[in-house]
Amino acid sequence: MAFRDDVRRIRAIAWKDLTTERRSKAGFNSVVALGVTILVLFGFALGPDAQALRDAAAGAIWLSALFAGVLAFNRSYQVEIESGALDQLLQYPGSRWAIYVGKLIANALFVGLMLLIVVAVGIALFQVKIPTAWPSLIGVFALGAVGLVVLGTFYAAMASRSRAREVLLPLLLFPMLVPVLLAAISATKALLVGDIMHESGAWIKLLAAYDLIFLVATLWAFEYVIEV
Amino acid sequence: MVTVQSELAIETKGVARRFGARWVLRGISFELQPGEIVGLLGSNGSGKTTLLRIFGTLLKPTAGSARIYGHDVATETDAVRSELGFLAHTPGLYEDLTARENLKFSAMMLGLPAENNLDAALERVGLGHVINERVRGFSAGMQRRLSVARLLLRHARVLLLDEPYANLDTAGITLMNEIITEAGHAGGAAMVVLHELAPAAGVLDRTITIVNGKVAESKPAPVPRVRGPLRAATATAGAGGGP
Repeated sequence: MAFRDDVRRIRAIAWKDLTTERRSKAGFNSVVALGVTILVLFGFALGPDAQALRDAAAGAIWLSALFAGVLAFNRSYQVEIESGALDQLLQYPGSRWAIYVGKLIANALFVGLMLLIVVAVGIALFQVKIPTAWPSLIGVFALGAVGLVVLGTFYAAMASRSRAREVLLPLLLFPMLVPVLLAAISATKALLVGDIMHESGAWIKLLAAYDLIFLVATLWAFEYVIEV
Repeated sequence: MVTVQSELAIETKGVARRFGARWVLRGISFELQPGEIVGLLGSNGSGKTTLLRIFGTLLKPTAGSARIYGHDVATETDAVRSELGFLAHTPGLYEDLTARENLKFSAMMLGLPAENNLDAALERVGLGHVINERVRGFSAGMQRRLSVARLLLRHARVLLLDEPYANLDTAGITLMNEIITEAGHAGGAAMVVLHELAPAAGVLDRTITIVNGKVAESKPAPVPRVRGPLRAATATAGAGGGP
C-alpha cells in the first residue's frame, strides 16, 4: 500500500515537472541552444580537418550534453525554490525517495530529448558516419544519459539550498561524473570507429555498473540531502 | 477534522535552535490542547517562524523536543506530516500550473481521490472564476487564497499558519478566520503567527509572546474566541484580491 502511494507521488512529481517545463518552454530551448552552441564551438576549436572532427566527436557530444545538462538540473529545483514550493513538497507525507524518482523521470525525459538533438547535430557537424552497430550506440547514449541524470538530479538537490547553487552544482557533479563520462565517451568512440578492438562491450558493462551503483546510492542518500 | 483525543495537540519541551553561532530559540516550552487556537506573537527575528518550521518538520531542533499529537517532530516526521496543515509565509505554488492543477498536484501527493473537492475548495476561497487560469497571473492575495484552498484539502488536525492574513483583503481575512475557527470547533488545534492581533480578534483562545527566543508571556486572548455558529463564506477574489 505504501509503495503504491509512493508510485502515485512519483507520477505526481513527474507530471508536475514536465507540465511546468512544457508550459514555460524557455528552459528546454535554452538548454538545447547551449548544447548546440558548445558543439559548434568545439567544431571551431578543432578546425576543418574531417578526421580530427570525427575523432573528437564522442567527447564533444558528451561534454556538450554535460554542460547543457547542468543547466537543466539547476532548473528542475529552481522551480521549487522560487516561491517556496520546496517547503510544501517536503510537507507531504511519504518517502523522500519518491520525490527524487519523480524528478529523475522528468529530468530523464528532458535531458534525453536534449541529448537526441545534440547527438543529431553532432553527427551532422562532425561528419560522423553512422556505424553498423548503431543499436549498441543508442544503448550507450541511454546508459550515459541515465548516469548523467541520476547524479545531476541528486547533486542539484544537494546544491539547491545554497545561494551559490549555479556554481556549486558543477563543482560537486563534475568530479563524480568522471567514471560515467570516461566509460560513455570510450564506448561511443569505439563504436563510431567500428569497434575494431572489441572494447566497447567492457565499457558498456562498466557504464551499466556505474549507473546501478549510483542509482542505488542516491536513492538511499536522497533523504539526507533534501531534509535539513 | 476528527474528534478530540486525550493527548496534547502540541507539546514542546526546551526547544532550542541555533543557526551558526546564533541561538534563535533558547528553550521554548508550552502545550496546546486539542481545540485550542493560539496566536504566536513577537517582534521580527524573535524566532516565531523558526518555531513553526520546527513543528512543521522543516527544521530539526538543536536541543529539546516537540510533539504533535504524541509524534516527535524530529524522528516521526511522516506521522507528524499527516497531522499538519502548514501555511507558510511564501505561497509555495507552481506559477506555470493553473489553480486547479496546483490543487490536483497537492491531492495526488496526499493520496486523495482524483479530482476530489478541488473545485469546491477553489469556490470556497473565492477563486471559482479562475480555476483554469495559470497562477503566474494571480495577484499576491489570490495566490494566498489558493494556498488556503490547498490547506483545506489536507483535513489537518493541527494548523500552523505563518502570517495567514498577509495580502488578504477583508473578505479574505473573514474567510481565514472561519477556517481557523472551524478547525477549533472540530477539535483541531491552530498556531497562528501574528504581527498584530486585530485581524484575529475573536478567533484566538490564548496568545504566546516570544522575545529573544524565549516564551516571555502566555495569556488569554484580549478578545475571547467567539464560539457561536460560523458565518457563511462570503469571500470573493478578483483583480482586487490582494494589494
